[in-house]
Parts: sequence; C-alpha cells; structure tokens
Amino acid sequence: MASKTLYDKLWDAHLVKQQDDGSCLIYIDRHLLHEVTSPQAFEGLRIAGRKPWRIDTNLATPDHNVPTTFNERAIGVDGIEDPVSKIQVVTLGDNCDEFGITEFKMQDERQGIVHVVGPEQGATLPGMTVVCGDSHTATHGAMGALAHGIGTSEVEHVLATQCLIQKKSQNMLVRVDGDLGEGITSKDVVLAIIGVIGTAGGTGYAIEFGGKVFEDMTMEGRMTVCNMAIEAGARVGMVAVDQTTIDYVEGRPFSPKGEKWDLAVVAWQDLHSDADAEFDHVVVLDGATIAPQVTWGTSPEMVLPVFANVPNPAKEKDDIKASGITRALEYMGLVADQAITDIHLDRVFIGSCTNSRIEDLRAAAAVVEGHQVAKTLKQALVVPGSGLVKAQAEAEGLHTIFTDAGLEWREPGCSMCLAMNADKLGAGEHCASTSNRNFEGRQGFGGRTHLVSPAMAAAAAIAGHFVDVRTFNL
Amino acid sequence: MQAFTQLTGITAPLDRANVDTDMIIPKQFLKSIKRSGFGPNLFDELRYLDEGQPDQDSSKRPINPNFVLNLPRYKGAKILLARDNFGCGSSREHAPWALLDFGISCIIAPSFADIFYNNCFKNGVLPITLLNEQIDQLFSDTQAKPGFELTVDLKDGVISGSSAGDIAFSIDSFRRHCLLNGLDDIGLTLEQTSNIQRYEQKRRQQAPWLFAD
Ligand code: SF4
Repeated sequence: MASKTLYDKLWDAHLVKQQDDGSCLIYIDRHLLHEVTSPQAFEGLRIAGRKPWRIDTNLATPDHNVPTTFNERAIGVDGIEDPVSKIQVVTLGDNCDEFGITEFKMQDERQGIVHVVGPEQGATLPGMTVVCGDSHTATHGAMGALAHGIGTSEVEHVLATQCLIQKKSQNMLVRVDGDLGEGITSKDVVLAIIGVIGTAGGTGYAIEFGGKVFEDMTMEGRMTVCNMAIEAGARVGMVAVDQTTIDYVEGRPFSPKGEKWDLAVVAWQDLHSDADAEFDHVVVLDGATIAPQVTWGTSPEMVLPVFANVPNPAKEKDDIKASGITRALEYMGLVADQAITDIHLDRVFIGSCTNSRIEDLRAAAAVVEGHQVAKTLKQALVVPGSGLVKAQAEAEGLHTIFTDAGLEWREPGCSMCLAMNADKLGAGEHCASTSNRNFEGRQGFGGRTHLVSPAMAAAAAIAGHFVDVRTFNL
Repeated sequence: MQAFTQLTGITAPLDRANVDTDMIIPKQFLKSIKRSGFGPNLFDELRYLDEGQPDQDSSKRPINPNFVLNLPRYKGAKILLARDNFGCGSSREHAPWALLDFGISCIIAPSFADIFYNNCFKNGVLPITLLNEQIDQLFSDTQAKPGFELTVDLKDGVISGSSAGDIAFSIDSFRRHCLLNGLDDIGLTLEQTSNIQRYEQKRRQQAPWLFAD
C-alpha cells in the first residue's frame, strides 16, 4: 500500500464520494457552533424545512459577543448591555433548544471559547473531522484531527447533510528539530514559523507540524501552534497522535469509555504520517534558534525576536515590501530601527483561543507573581478560555496572583481578541496581546496589536514595555 | 432553494461600475440574525436620503427620487442591468439575500466579482455575463420603453425581448443544473443520501466510539 501522510489518512477515512470533477464529499464527525456565524444557517434550515442530519455531532457555545465583566455576566443574558450582542446570544440559545443541539449556555460553567471548549470536553478527538464557522478551527488539529473553518452556507450544509463538498489540499510538513531554549513557548515557535513562511506560505496546503519540538510539546502547546496555522495561510494544521495526545483525551466528558476507549486507542496508533510519506513541501527550523517573538506590524508575519529592532524600509530592496513596512510602521506609530524593547504599552490582553488555557495562565502568573503592573498601563486583562479553565485557575490561586499584581480577572469569552464586546483598544493604543491577529483595527478602531506569548505579555505588563522574559526578574 | 427556469420581468438599469457589497447592503444591517428582511435596505444609501438604521420602518423614510429603483417605470423590477465588476468587496452573503428579498433574481452585467458570483448561485440568483455591446443595447432598450421587460430562459440559455433580437448566454453546466433544479449545495448533497448512509454504517463499525449507542 502506498505510504500516506496523516492528512491523507484523515481525508481518505472521511471520503464519502469523489465526483468526476474532482470535488469530494467529506463526512464531518464534529460540528462546533457559536452565535455569530450560525443564525442564518439555522434560518436556512427552517426555510427549507430541513432537520439536522445527526444532532449528536453538534456542540454549541456563545463566545464572541459575551461580556466578560462579572456584573454583566451575573445577571445572565439579560445583563448583556449591547442589544445586538444580546440578540445573537439569545438566538443561539433558541436555535439550539429548537433543534435539540447541546449548548453550553452563557452561565454554564462549561461555556467558553469554542476552540478551548472542544478539546477540554473531549468533544474533539483524534481522527475526527472537525468544523466550525470560525477560521481558528485549525486548533483542533492538535488532537490529530482534520479540522478547519467554514462559512455560514457551509454551516447550514453540515447541519443538513453531515458533509461538506471539498477539494483536497496539498501536504506540507513544518518540522522543528532539536530543543527549545529555556523560556521559549509554543507561541514563540508558531510566530517564528509564520515569520519564515509568511502569511500566505501555507495557502493551499494542510500543514503537519512534526519534529522533536512538537513531540516534546504539551497538548495545550500544540493547540496554540495549530490555532495559528490559518495565520500562515493554511486552513488545516495538525500534529500526529502520540501518548501525549491519548493521555490528554482520556477521561474527558465526551471521550469514549470502556470497550470503545480500548478500540479507539488501538485505531489512533495509526494517526501519524508513514515514515516514507511524501510531502509536497517541507520546511525545517532549528528549535534552538527560536527566541521570544514580538510582532511589530499589522500582519502576523511582521514578527521579530524581542531583542531586535523594527525594520527600516530604506534598507529593503524590494519596493513593494518597503512600502508595506512604511505603511505598517505608520499605522503602528513606530520609527524605523526602533528597538522592540522601546515599544511602550497601554494595555495587555492575556486570553483568546490561542492562549487562554490553564498552562498559559500559569505561565503568566509565574511571571507577574510578586510584582505590580506598570503605572503607565491603562489596563491589563486576563480572560480565561472557559468556565472550567477559570475554576481551575481559581483553585490554584492564580486569580489572586493576577489581581494582587493589578491585572483584571474576567469571565470567559473571546473578549479583546476581536473587540466584538465591550473590551477594546482605543485609537493609537499599543497592546501586548496573546491572541492571533494583529490586523488594523482588529482589537478596536485604530488599535495597535503586538502578538506575544503569555509569559512575554505578563513581563510587558510589569515593565510597561517589551522585555526579554528570559532575563526578566534575574 | 427556488429553482430558476424562466423569468419574465421589468428590467432596471443601474448605470455604474464597481457596485460593491457595501453599496448593495450597508454594514449596519449585517447585525441582523436573519437571511431575509434585507429587501427594504437594498442599496440603502442610494435609495434613501437619510442614513438607515436597523429596525427602522423604511416606508416612512425620505426616498431619493432619482435612484433608478425608485422611478415609477421600474417599479416591481425583477431583473437588474449593471456594469463591470458588480458585487465587489466583502464576501457577505447578505448581498444576494438583499437582492432576492427585494425581488431581483437575475443580474445582467459585463463582469461580476468572484465571491459575489458564487454566492448568487448558492441563493438562487442568476448572474448573467454578456458582452459590453449587448449590455449597451439592453441599456438603451430600457430607456426607450417604459415598462420594458425581458424574458430570461435558463434552460435554452436565451434572453428575449430586446429590440435587437434574442441574446444567447452560457452558464457553467454544473451550476446551471443546480439552478434549474433548485438544488443548492445542500440539495445536491442530499441526492447522495444513500451514499452518506452507507458511509455511516461502515464508519459505525470501524469507529464505534464516534457514535452514540
Ligand atoms: S478568541 Fe479570537 S480568534 Fe479565537 S474564536 Fe474568539 S474571536 Fe476568533
């Protein structure tokens, strides 16, 4: 039998039918829903008189619009001050009730960012196809699953048919060999990868992340990496299944139990690329060379080690690139050749589906413990990814470490990642953010986002500007 | 999805190029959680003199008497005649939703923006591409006669009613098939119901942990 990549195996296992024109019908095992991209899909079902094909594959939770302040949340849906946000959250609830779809509602402890909730619940498992009306669905590829984002029409398509019409992508391997240095996190790894291959480097590919660095990485770290595959242009990012995966999945509420568990674990042993599998493209990095990363511009590929200086367009030979640098520096309010450590911050955001899991919060808490947030900062927010992450953090006392240091401890949701609720940047403000997109206006009109790891964000909150977390506190 | 076979209707000429999706349906109306109800806000900024807000009763708003869809001779238009690059801008499916809700299910233009073109077929709207000369001819037809109507026959690929005689057009065969039969992607996939069920049966045996008992 011809050797296959992990992506080939996942694809073949879900192929219902290949049409003559090359388009394929792919079966979907898990469909996650949230309040923003689903209302019209449900309405479409109603108009056409259709029912969901397989109710039990769907799992919903509101995340993008939910307020994160304790007071607004305490009252429940009626406490949501923004009427439009409220309608979207209420509508998701009504739709899920009408169609019988399991939903973790806003006041359920299991509510949270959909990409945190799925793995946490064992709802996304190795070998599954996972989709959601959200581009960061690639996160779930960390489980050895085939996971990607879809649009509203496709949300309806999956609800009605349990399938999607797709064309197969090409295979790319991103291998990071060796060991990471002390203090280097999965976020630094993925930012460094995007810095190398660019935001369109993965377009048309499904990326598998391989090599010793990912083998050594925790599941939460792998999720951070796969989450940002889309920022490298790939809809799909994934990591092979190993013992780390299986240990993570075992015992979670939706994970298989008993005999089914035993069968599953046997089947999952095959969820890796064959040793001689061929990739259409291979990129290799040396883990030892990766430093803490900070984005300085308006695209995730505009990223540099923390000790570097921002680029100077005059030194760039390519005219198009030079003008891109000029435009980004201008939007970001930076001067050519300025040291990254001289970028002063107005706000710090620790959260989002990239970095709001318990390990992220532990890393941030370890840095801020015993310190005070810089007086020059307007706000430093910590927003856990789910109610369960929040409860775990509180059980470990992390919340008091944060609040003692002057950071705000919030309720779970997307929050300042995209500023659809009340948490946003003011025009011109600089923010150290653990999220995934630094596009113009992403965190608020005129806002300036710098993407970093949780530890780097925490150190920046204390210092008031970027610092190398490896030498911070020495 | 509504099948599109043949359509006869008043044809309104929108004489401007690069009509973008923001013009077709401005962003404040995207906050709606519905797919329907966008009709009153189709071309909102061109159609009304004030700035439209969601949940407003548009029948009480001051209308722009010069905008083509407000002219009595084009009342009840079902076909829109347009210029190059119609539907450029964002990927919002609200654009075809708004046209359809207003009553327009066919747009004839020299070229369309890619995403909008695709979104039309997902929603039962037929976008027809013609040569510039043919478009010019149709524009002058609409000027010449109040209540000018065209008949679009998708099965035969012919537009009739123009003073210059019948005009042939072509649509990619797969999309044509879907429109003629009212098959959206979902309808099409549901034709594969037995294949999907067969797949599920096989899968249930291979991977029983993916299925509830
Ligand atoms: S946290 Fe940000 S990127 Fe993630 S799902 Fe929410 S809005 Fe999207």
